[in-house]
Amino acid sequence: MSQNGRERSPMSPWREGFRRLRRYPSALVGVLIIAGLVGTALYAVLAMPYSEAQKLWRGGEVWYDLPVNASPVWLDRLTGGQAPPTLKVSSRDAVTTTREFENVTIQQLILPFDFYYQQFPSELNLFLEADFTQRQPFVRLAWHTPDGLEIPLGARRIGAAERISISQDQILTRRLGLPPQIGLFAQDQSSGVAPGQSPAVRQGSYQLVLETVHFEPDTEIRAELVAYGRVHGLAGTDHQRRDLLVALLWGTPVALAFGLIAAVGTTVTTLVIAAAGVWYRGWLDAAIQRLTEVNIILPLLPILVMVGTLYSTSIWLMLGVVVALGIFSAGIKMYRAMLLPIREAPYIEAARAYGAGGGRIVLRYMVPRVLPVLIPTFVTLIPTYVFLEASLAVLGLGDPVLPTWGKVLHDAQTQSALYHGFYYWVVGPALLLMLTGLGFAMLGFALDRVFNPRLRNL
Amino acid sequence: MRQPLLVVKGLQTHFELRQWGFLRLGSVRALDGVDFTLDAGESAAVVGESGCGKSTLARTLLGIYRPTAGEAWFAGQSLARLQGRALKEYRARVGYVQQDPYGALPPFMTVRRALAEPLIIHGVRGRAERERRIAAALEEVGLGASPEVQESYPHQLSGGQQQRVVIARALLLRPRLIIADEPVSMLDASVRVEILDLLQRVQTEHGIALLYITHDLSTVRHYAQRVMVMYAGRLAEQAPVESLLARPQHPYSEALLAALVDPEAGNADQERQVPQGEPPNLLNPPAGCRFHPRCPKFMAGTCDRKEPPAFEPFSGHLAACWLRRGQ
Repeated sequence: MSQNGRERSPMSPWREGFRRLRRYPSALVGVLIIAGLVGTALYAVLAMPYSEAQKLWRGGEVWYDLPVNASPVWLDRLTGGQAPPTLKVSSRDAVTTTREFENVTIQQLILPFDFYYQQFPSELNLFLEADFTQRQPFVRLAWHTPDGLEIPLGARRIGAAERISISQDQILTRRLGLPPQIGLFAQDQSSGVAPGQSPAVRQGSYQLVLETVHFEPDTEIRAELVAYGRVHGLAGTDHQRRDLLVALLWGTPVALAFGLIAAVGTTVTTLVIAAAGVWYRGWLDAAIQRLTEVNIILPLLPILVMVGTLYSTSIWLMLGVVVALGIFSAGIKMYRAMLLPIREAPYIEAARAYGAGGGRIVLRYMVPRVLPVLIPTFVTLIPTYVFLEASLAVLGLGDPVLPTWGKVLHDAQTQSALYHGFYYWVVGPALLLMLTGLGFAMLGFALDRVFNPRLRNL
Repeated sequence: MRQPLLVVKGLQTHFELRQWGFLRLGSVRALDGVDFTLDAGESAAVVGESGCGKSTLARTLLGIYRPTAGEAWFAGQSLARLQGRALKEYRARVGYVQQDPYGALPPFMTVRRALAEPLIIHGVRGRAERERRIAAALEEVGLGASPEVQESYPHQLSGGQQQRVVIARALLLRPRLIIADEPVSMLDASVRVEILDLLQRVQTEHGIALLYITHDLSTVRHYAQRVMVMYAGRLAEQAPVESLLARPQHPYSEALLAALVDPEAGNADQERQVPQGEPPNLLNPPAGCRFHPRCPKFMAGTCDRKEPPAFEPFSGHLAACWLRRGQ
């Protein structure tokens, strides 16, 4: 061994490549972005199991707690707004006074809450539950404003579980001259608000007073007042009261898995098939080449649209079609061009001379030689497939079950989110898609610069 | 006692030239009727210009090319009939040392990995057993079995070291024959002798037969017992080294000998007799003796009519030349 060789500790080309990669700041940024995305994906999967995410996304009672089309809280606060979040008061926090009579109990429940915001709530609902055996209890509702005004909200019998939609109360609307969720919180109209001008919010402590009359001794009444806000969480909600954060979080593992599986599935199989064609030549090579030439001119997106429309839009089926059509792609031609000279390399001749079989030569002697070029291609290919999945979802061919970024965009589009000014609805998923593309592109280009010159001196 | 290891009779390897995959344009007669016998433990050199079919001979004997006609027997087994397991078994018995040592090692494998490959292929399952044999082979070729060497990649080794690794690889499967195709022509002059000495040492120590293919007649004297001179896909002459160097019987051998560089400075301006012209086109070789268009002793009417058979002017000294007809 030469003197020089003794001093230098032997280092694998891979390790050496990654060591050189550290000199590219873009690679570092790319790795950080990808790490962030992977972290988000892990968090989503761990913190919110698949079944729970599905439940949150496909609906159920959870929706009742969320407002429609609420923008993210931080967005509102950042622009100096004071929009209310969703406020809930339940009878557990209520002040209760009970008066007993013969056969009848009269109970007064006071649900107090403070409202110090500059915008009105978006909706007002009261949920009532009563456990009785025969006679329904009775309730009379009254709204107390901070300045001592009392607005009666009517009286009714209570079922086992009931939702009183105060903001949908037509009579009250007519009486107040405003939708109830505004009228109940507005400053006095008599002080002269011109018609067409929006009233101002009266800030202070409100009370909803429920006077219940039950006819059975052990009846218990549970009440919950929900004043739906105009802001919600980190990502806001959509038109179906779904928390967009669920889709943005869960979209990350879905997008990464789709991109990764599609990229691995296509690049590795493409390389192995190209190597097999180059090694065995003859009819196998000819068949692979003709198949590739036919496949190259087939348009991927229309085929996917066709499959999605006629068969199923399951993301796994789409993935299967993408991989199947991606195997015989233009990459076969590229790898073939790289492998043809490698086929004639003396080390392959030597391998034959010591008895290596065809399969071993293809997998152990030809494929590893091209692998360094494959890595950057593979990394830059991941976001391509992520975008493809998003495009399919935007076209309405998203997976029916899974929440994905593309489906959020699709909903935003069909609900004319931008027209209505719900920018957060579009910007959230779009930003995540762009970050994905940016992260993988930055790493991929740096990898390209590190590994491709190596190919020349390998 | 002579014990033939490799017997070659009328071996031919032709390459068909085709256009559009089916139109036959003819065939290149790279190897066109070669007969020789190699004894166990013997070292023989094959000498000739580039393009004369030396490497084709090596590859045909290694089973990389299928012979078009003729036969070769290795330890009594016919090569043409070797299939599957028997072919693999044969490949373990024959080692191969190539011209370009850097190209001969997979660039992405460490020395250890590259050496493990033939063992894995030939079913040496135990890792410890493999490690032991790799270490022994590396010791034998003078590289030492330090982990540093074993973990090196080919590009971290010098040309001479790479060729030692290649020789170690050829020795790993305990071959009976090593085919060395121009093993030193791409190495620095300073290490050529070391590598040839190494080949000779392992050859004599293990009683391995060596087929040493070279275009350099000057190294033949020290490293081979017998010489075969090849021209245009045929053997022009074969003889023990001393006999050939002392009394070449074929005009082509004479020309080769004359072309040897004389280290004596005083003889530098001496005229040398170098054969005119180029080696013939093997797609359409000349009729009769293939050397006749370049031969200074060309006899019209004989040499261009019929191919000369191998005459034996001296015992064990064969020459395919009409000049030796009567002797």
